[in-house]
Amino acid sequence: MKLEIAGKSFGGTPVLGAISLTVAPGEVLAVTGPSGIGKSTLARIMAGLDHDFDGTCSGFGRVGMVFQNPTLLPWRTALDNILIATGCDANAGRDALDHVELGTRQDAFPGQLSLGQQRRVALARALAANPDTLILDEAFASLDEATAGRMRSLAQSILQGSHYRTILITHNLVDVVHLADAVLLLGQHPAIVLAEHKIPTPRPIRDLKAEMAVVRQQLHWQGSDIQ
Amino acid sequence: MPPENSRAGIYKGLISLAAFLGLWAVMAAIVQDSSMLPSPNRVAQVFWSEALSGEIAFHMQATLARVIAAFVLAMSIGSMIGIAAGRNPGFNLWAAPWLIIFLNLPALVVIVLCYLWIGLNEVAAIAAVALNKIPMIAVMMREGARTLDPALDDMTRAFAIPRLTSWRHVIVPQLAPHFASAGRAGFALIWKIVLVVEFLGRSNGVGFQIHLNFQLFDVARILAYALGFVALMLVVEFLIVQPWERSASKWRRAGTAR
Repeated sequence: MKLEIAGKSFGGTPVLGAISLTVAPGEVLAVTGPSGIGKSTLARIMAGLDHDFDGTCSGFGRVGMVFQNPTLLPWRTALDNILIATGCDANAGRDALDHVELGTRQDAFPGQLSLGQQRRVALARALAANPDTLILDEAFASLDEATAGRMRSLAQSILQGSHYRTILITHNLVDVVHLADAVLLLGQHPAIVLAEHKIPTPRPIRDLKAEMAVVRQQLHWQGSDIQ
Repeated sequence: MPPENSRAGIYKGLISLAAFLGLWAVMAAIVQDSSMLPSPNRVAQVFWSEALSGEIAFHMQATLARVIAAFVLAMSIGSMIGIAAGRNPGFNLWAAPWLIIFLNLPALVVIVLCYLWIGLNEVAAIAAVALNKIPMIAVMMREGARTLDPALDDMTRAFAIPRLTSWRHVIVPQLAPHFASAGRAGFALIWKIVLVVEFLGRSNGVGFQIHLNFQLFDVARILAYALGFVALMLVVEFLIVQPWERSASKWRRAGTAR
């Protein structure tokens, strides 16, 4: 899988500069940076939703995406949302819901679920697509800390030993140290990779506070909008 | 709506209807000229005798067939144009001036031109009605297509959902309220235009009967046919349109997060 961006503009305004990244199967790469820097634009390019850029993007295979908003069909049940988007059979859809601990809510409409539950349905939908690349775009944002914590633990157990290439778009260093194997920091205008850091300690045995301090130091990041 | 309120609504509707019939009866009693304003009782008698002879069923059937044909044609073509214009600004630049021209063309002009150009036949009658309604339906559906959620478009593309599945499960449900509004507005106007088309150039249908009885100055028969068709349209509204709307919006009433 390879992404080489020479530049990306909106209406003549450059948003992304030269950015190059690769992710190996089973690896989780976090992309972080301040709000509005272009993280979601990068995610859209990787998901194949935006082709209007200079550069190449190849080898992502089948993409499963969890959007910043859950983006579910409100007129369909949780299970139908998975079946319609992925084309998988009902058993695989139920398994995906079981995986995110929502097996008992398969007949609920999205409006009957909390935001955290909707995010889990969106995660189940991405997993049921049997993706080669999983893109999580601010998947834990706007949740209360307890729910976000449960979502991170759930994502950690799903990603542990998985074969997906995972790209985690986040402005939250807690997400990074919980889930990522490597992290890129985007900055400047247009955005480029300012720093990158690999986290060698396996995810389940990390000392999160110490790891956060190391990541902050390695990324040389002092900004307040990365938590 | 709770059942008590729903029942109260039905009672109020029935009382209002009874008041309308009462006012009509009082007016007829004051006028005392059944050739000018027949009483509700007299109109009911005429309706019953026409029903027994099979005349009313024959003419209503002819009108209903034209209404359905024109409605299906206008909804299909109007929706296609409207959705294309709403989804594609480039196409809308070409379509918008045409829609404005046809929206402002009087229905009578379209009917007369269709009869002149195509002839006094069924094709001209149905084409005239459909042409009158296509622009209105196209404009309503264009506004609906403009409100489609771009995030759901992204989801459809990210998961590579097949086009037909996407139309069935993602796009059409978003457009359902607009289909319902356009359908209801279209249906309400189409049957009235069908009567004009029949009045001007057909030899059967409720409009033809109104024309015939206008020449005979038979107000009771005019009212019997007109009110009979109004009743038929109300049956269509209550037995087809409203149940469909309720079924399409079931998910909205399913409750909120627990």
